[in-house]
Amino acid sequence: MQAFASSLVSVLFHGIAYGMILYVISVGLSVTMGLMGFVNLAHGVFAMAGGLLLSTAMAKYAVPFPLALLLAFVVVALGSVVLERLLYSKLYSAGELAQVLFTMGLIFISIAIARQLYGTQAAPVFLPDYLKGQINILGRDFPAFRVVLIFISAIIVVTLWFGVERTRWGAMVRAAVDNRDMAQSVGINTNRLFMVTFALGSGLAGLGGALGSDILPVQSTYPLENLVYFMIVVAVGGLGSLSGPFIAALMIGIADTATKYWFPELGAFLIYAATIGLLLWRPQGLFGVRS
Amino acid sequence: MTRTGSYSGHARIGIMEALPWIAAIAVFFLLPDYLSLGARIMIYILFTLSLDLILGYAGIITLGHSVFLGIGAYAAGILSVKLNINDPFLQLIAGSLMSAVFGLASGAVILRTKNLTLLMLTLAITAIVYEIGNKASWLTGGADGLPGVQVNPFFGRFEFDLWGRTGYIYCVIVLFVVWFVVRRLIYSPFGAMLTGIRENTPRMHALGAPVYQRLLIVYTISAGIAGIAGVLMTQVTQSVGLNVLTFEVAGDVLVMLILGGVGRIYGAFVGPVVYMIAQDLLAKQFPEYWSFGVGVLLIFVVFFARGGILGLVDKIAARGRTP
Repeated sequence: MQAFASSLVSVLFHGIAYGMILYVISVGLSVTMGLMGFVNLAHGVFAMAGGLLLSTAMAKYAVPFPLALLLAFVVVALGSVVLERLLYSKLYSAGELAQVLFTMGLIFISIAIARQLYGTQAAPVFLPDYLKGQINILGRDFPAFRVVLIFISAIIVVTLWFGVERTRWGAMVRAAVDNRDMAQSVGINTNRLFMVTFALGSGLAGLGGALGSDILPVQSTYPLENLVYFMIVVAVGGLGSLSGPFIAALMIGIADTATKYWFPELGAFLIYAATIGLLLWRPQGLFGVRS
Repeated sequence: MTRTGSYSGHARIGIMEALPWIAAIAVFFLLPDYLSLGARIMIYILFTLSLDLILGYAGIITLGHSVFLGIGAYAAGILSVKLNINDPFLQLIAGSLMSAVFGLASGAVILRTKNLTLLMLTLAITAIVYEIGNKASWLTGGADGLPGVQVNPFFGRFEFDLWGRTGYIYCVIVLFVVWFVVRRLIYSPFGAMLTGIRENTPRMHALGAPVYQRLLIVYTISAGIAGIAGVLMTQVTQSVGLNVLTFEVAGDVLVMLILGGVGRIYGAFVGPVVYMIAQDLLAKQFPEYWSFGVGVLLIFVVFFARGGILGLVDKIAARGRTP
């Protein structure tokens, strides 16, 4: 019993860490897909870019860890604006197939570039010394880095909720998600709103990819390998919702860690089956505004 | 989307339509060294044709078509390796049926949804089938797959030979039969209904068309055809591995269809031919640039050539006629 309780704590801890990372990466996808109805399969590309930036900045230029995280966020956000203006924005009304194909193309290109620059190995994770040890919480040792990771993610989540629920920008985003045409006609510049939101969402993905590089190893096939999980978080949580994907990400993080720990022979089977069941029961997801 | 190859078009088989078959026969005599590549291309044409039916004609966007190829491929492999049933036609029919039944069962569930939910469901089903293929190693051989698939000689006489001659002819004949059936289907009122559903689903509902049932039928047929392609793949390579169940395969076939031209029967012919010959020439020499090139190609097609290669040909021909 003692052993079970101990492994339960450990599964919950690592599951929550994993779920938090999944959320930070995927939340931007939920908002952009909910806002513009754009099927963006290439969201993982931004997360990978963040991870690679962090690794490069720390290994080659000895940038301190917090600064490297910030760098991953800013560079990915700026890069995504360029992509959004040049390519994404041309396809907002182009139909699902064109969006799927275009973002698939982006995935292929990013995989090729990442492989060319970094090879096929996972990018090494560099941690500052103060994050390498263990932290003692209530008489149990936890890896310091994961504790910090959960902590940083929690701050991001709270900031994000505050931003969306309590600020003018958040009110405009919520209005546009609910009814884009109406928002446009009362004078909200939805195009610019979307650009900013897209940049923020992609930047968060970059930050999540960087922060989570020891949970989701950053390698060239990253955008394709994790595509299903990012999409599941958004689809299960519900498009355009903030709290839905949070709950979905935590559920997936904990469920995935639990199955890996207790029933490794099942693989990801349970999660996929649960996803299919849930989507059939509620096509719009747990808290979705629309399907 | 172009409207070539539909109920309203000319249903009679034109002279130009003999071209692929003349080419197929010419390759057999003129390029005997390339017959195994040729057979692979035929298999992918079959697979692409099956995707074209649901994506190009019925407008169902799927990211998981590899499931049906994989089920056909594994059905043939399991029949031979586990049950010692090595008759080529029995494998073909069984594999195709298995795949069609899975298409019917999964289609009955997922076709009730649409848009992103549908896309997600195809993705999740692909992932789940891959997991089963990977974990149920007593049946599927797990990560090792099933090597050593045996296929009896056709009619007791024609064995699969070292040069791939029998395999090539076999693939061409199967493709011909399937092409004929698909062509009939597309030019039938049923095909017209599919196009209608693709273009305007609410209006088809309003007309009283049984939309869900039609989609389910075409999804099942498409799964059966993809299953045939899978069986051929197992028989020709005499092995089956997990790679047939991956997203990469689902992506590849989508790229081939887009490249050739979506929603037109010969788009499914042109795409695989160009893609696989290019892959054969370039992918080995420049493996690092291959996926980069494919990505650029996809984006180019989306922005400048929605109709694929055949769409471009149409445009040029139209320009020639009206200066």
